[in-house]
Amino acid sequence: MFDFVQQLVNGIAVGCIYGLIALGFVLIYKATEVVNFAQGELMMLGGFFAFTFMTLLGLNYWVGFLLAVMVMALMGSAIERVVVRPILGYPQFSIVMATIGLGFFARSVAGMIWSTDDLTIDTPFSQSVTENVVRIGGLVIADDKVSIIVATVLLCLVLYFFFSRTRMGVAMQATSQNMLAAYYMGIPVKRVFSLIWAISAAVACFAGILLAPSTLIHTNVGFLGLKAFPAAVLGGFGSIPGALVGGIIIGVIEALAGFYLPQGFKDVAAYIVLLLVLMFKPEGLFGLKMRKKV
Amino acid sequence: MRFVFKTDYDQDIRLLKHSGYWWSYGVLAAILALAPFVLGGYLLSQLVFVFIYAIVGVSLTVLTGYTGQVSLGHAAFLAIGAYTAGFLQSLGVPFIVYFPAAAILTGAVGMLLAIPALRLTGIYLVIATIAFGFIVEEVAARWESVTHGNEGMRVRTVELIAGIRLPRDDAGFYFLCLGTLVVMIVLALNLARSPTGRAFMAIRDSETAAKSMGVNLSRYKVKSFTISAAMTGLAGVLFAHKLSFISPEMFTLVLSLEFIMVIIIGGIIGLHGAVLGAIFIVMIDPFLTLLKDDVPTLVSSIMLAFGAAQETAASVASSIGNIGAAPGMKGALYGLIIIFFIIFEPYGLYGRWLKVKLYFQLFPLYKKATFKRQKTYVKSERNR
Repeated sequence: MFDFVQQLVNGIAVGCIYGLIALGFVLIYKATEVVNFAQGELMMLGGFFAFTFMTLLGLNYWVGFLLAVMVMALMGSAIERVVVRPILGYPQFSIVMATIGLGFFARSVAGMIWSTDDLTIDTPFSQSVTENVVRIGGLVIADDKVSIIVATVLLCLVLYFFFSRTRMGVAMQATSQNMLAAYYMGIPVKRVFSLIWAISAAVACFAGILLAPSTLIHTNVGFLGLKAFPAAVLGGFGSIPGALVGGIIIGVIEALAGFYLPQGFKDVAAYIVLLLVLMFKPEGLFGLKMRKKV
Repeated sequence: MRFVFKTDYDQDIRLLKHSGYWWSYGVLAAILALAPFVLGGYLLSQLVFVFIYAIVGVSLTVLTGYTGQVSLGHAAFLAIGAYTAGFLQSLGVPFIVYFPAAAILTGAVGMLLAIPALRLTGIYLVIATIAFGFIVEEVAARWESVTHGNEGMRVRTVELIAGIRLPRDDAGFYFLCLGTLVVMIVLALNLARSPTGRAFMAIRDSETAAKSMGVNLSRYKVKSFTISAAMTGLAGVLFAHKLSFISPEMFTLVLSLEFIMVIIIGGIIGLHGAVLGAIFIVMIDPFLTLLKDDVPTLVSSIMLAFGAAQETAASVASSIGNIGAAPGMKGALYGLIIIFFIIFEPYGLYGRWLKVKLYFQLFPLYKKATFKRQKTYVKSERNR
C-alpha cells in the first residue's frame, strides 16, 4: 500500500510536467485552433536559453529565469509571424506539418549551437530525497518535484482566469471560434495570434526550466512533447484545467504501469490510454461536445 | 497545345489521355529497363529505395490524397510488413506466399486502426496515428520470440521460386521492386476511376455532402485505411529484403515523417507526386555527402582560378565542409524543406510541373490565380 501511494505521488509530479507541456498546446489551440507540434522543442529551447543565461553568463537563477522566459516569448511571436501567419486559413494539416518541420529544425539547430551533450543548471531547489524534502506522513517528496507541482497549479490558475475573466482572454476564445467574425467585431486578430504564441512559448520555457533538474537539458527533451498529447486529449483539447488533470492522470497511469506491469508497458501506457480515449470519448474529460454543422 | 475534345465518359477516365503519353511513358519504361545494366551498384541501390519510398508514397496518396485522412503512423505498417517477411521466412515459408501474406496482415491491422480513426478528424487523427506508431515500435522491441527485440533480425535473400534467388543488389531485385511499384500505381489509378475511389474523393471534399449522397462514411474510410496499409506492407517486405537487417529503431516517427514528406514534396494532387517526392527524399543523403566531400574542393579550386588567396579559399572550403558535416544537418534540412513546401509550394513538385506546363500552353495568357488555394477564415474545424 505504501508503495502504491509513493508511486502515486511520483506519478503526480511527472504528470504535472506533462500537464505543463499540454498547457502550451491547449493555450494555442484554445485561442487560435492551431496545434503546435513543436511545443516540446520550444520547451527544449527554453531550457537551453536558461542554461546560457545561468551557467554560461553566470546570472542569478531568478534573473536568468526571467530573461529566458522573455526571450522565449519573443521567439514565440517571431515563429508565429514567420511560419504560422502565411499559412493561416489553409487546412489544419498544413499548419501541423509546418510546426513539425519547425520542431525538426529547432532540434537540429539547437544541437549545433549548444552541442548534443546533457547540460545542467544550478537550481535553488534541491533534488536529494534525504535533505530539504517535504514530508507528508511517511511520504518523501523532493524539493524540485514540489516546485514543479506548485508552479503548474499556479500557472493553470492564472491562465484559467486570464481566459475566462479578462477582455483579451475572451477575445482569444472568440478568435478561435470564427476568425472572420472576431475580426468584424473589432478584435485585433493578428495581435491575438502573436500574443498567444508568446504566452505559449513562455509557458514552454517555464516547463523547460523546471524540468531541467530531473531530465537535464538535451536536444531530445522535445520528445516529451509527444507524451503531452495524450494528456491534452484526455483532458479535452482546449480546456486548461483539463490539461492539468489529463497530465496528472497520464503521469499516474505511467508510474503505476511501470511498477505493476511487465517492462515495456510504461512507455506505451500513455498512448494506449490515448487510443482508448479517442475511441470511446473523443471530446475528453472537460471538452465541449460540439454538434456537427454543415 | 493539344486540346483533347472529350465526347464520352470513357474518354474522360482513360488512363492515357492521348498518344503523347504512349511516347513519354514508353521512353521512361525503356530507361528504367536499361538502368540496371548501365548504372553502378550505388545508384541502383538508391533507385530501389526510390521505388520502395514511392510505393509508400502511393499508399499515402490513396489515404491522404484521395480520402483526406492523414496518417503519421505509416512507418508502423512498414514495420509490420517487414517483420512478417522476416518471421515467415525464418519459418521456411516461400516468398510467393509471405509477400501477399504481409499485405493481408498489414491490411488487417490497418482495418483495426481505422476503427478508432472513424470518429476522428484533423489533428485527433494525426495524434492517434502517432500513438499507433509508438505502440507498434514498442511491440517490435518487446515481442522477442518473433522480432528478436532490439537485437534486430536478419532477413535472407529473396527466393522467388525454389532455386531462383534475387540478391538485394542485383537487377532481379530491382525489377521486383519496379514491378511492384508499377502494379501499385496502376492499382491506385484504377481505384481513382472506380466507384470506391470516387467515394473516397467525395469524403475528402466534404463528409457531410458525401454522406447525404449515400456514401457510407465508415465503410469507405475503413477501406481506404486497409488498402493503404496493405500497400505499405508490401513496401515493408521489399524494405526488409533490401536492408537485409531490420530492428525496431528503424521504424520510428522520423520515418513516418519522411513518408509524409514524400507526398508533401511531391505533391498530394496526383500519383506523379509520390514518385517525385520519393526521388527527392532519397537523394537528400547523397546530396549531403556531396556537400561534405566534393563541393568544398570544387569551390576552393574555382576561387583559386579566379585569383583568390590560398588561405581564404581553404577557409571557405572548410566552412562549407563543416556545414555539410554538422551533426543534425539532415534534421535541419528536413525542417526547412517541410516549411518551405508548405508555405510556398503547397502542391509540391508535381504542382510546379503542372504550373510550368500550363504557363507554356497558355503562353501570354497564364494567370497565377489558376492554382491559388482558397483561404477560409470562417470555419472552425472543431464544429465540423
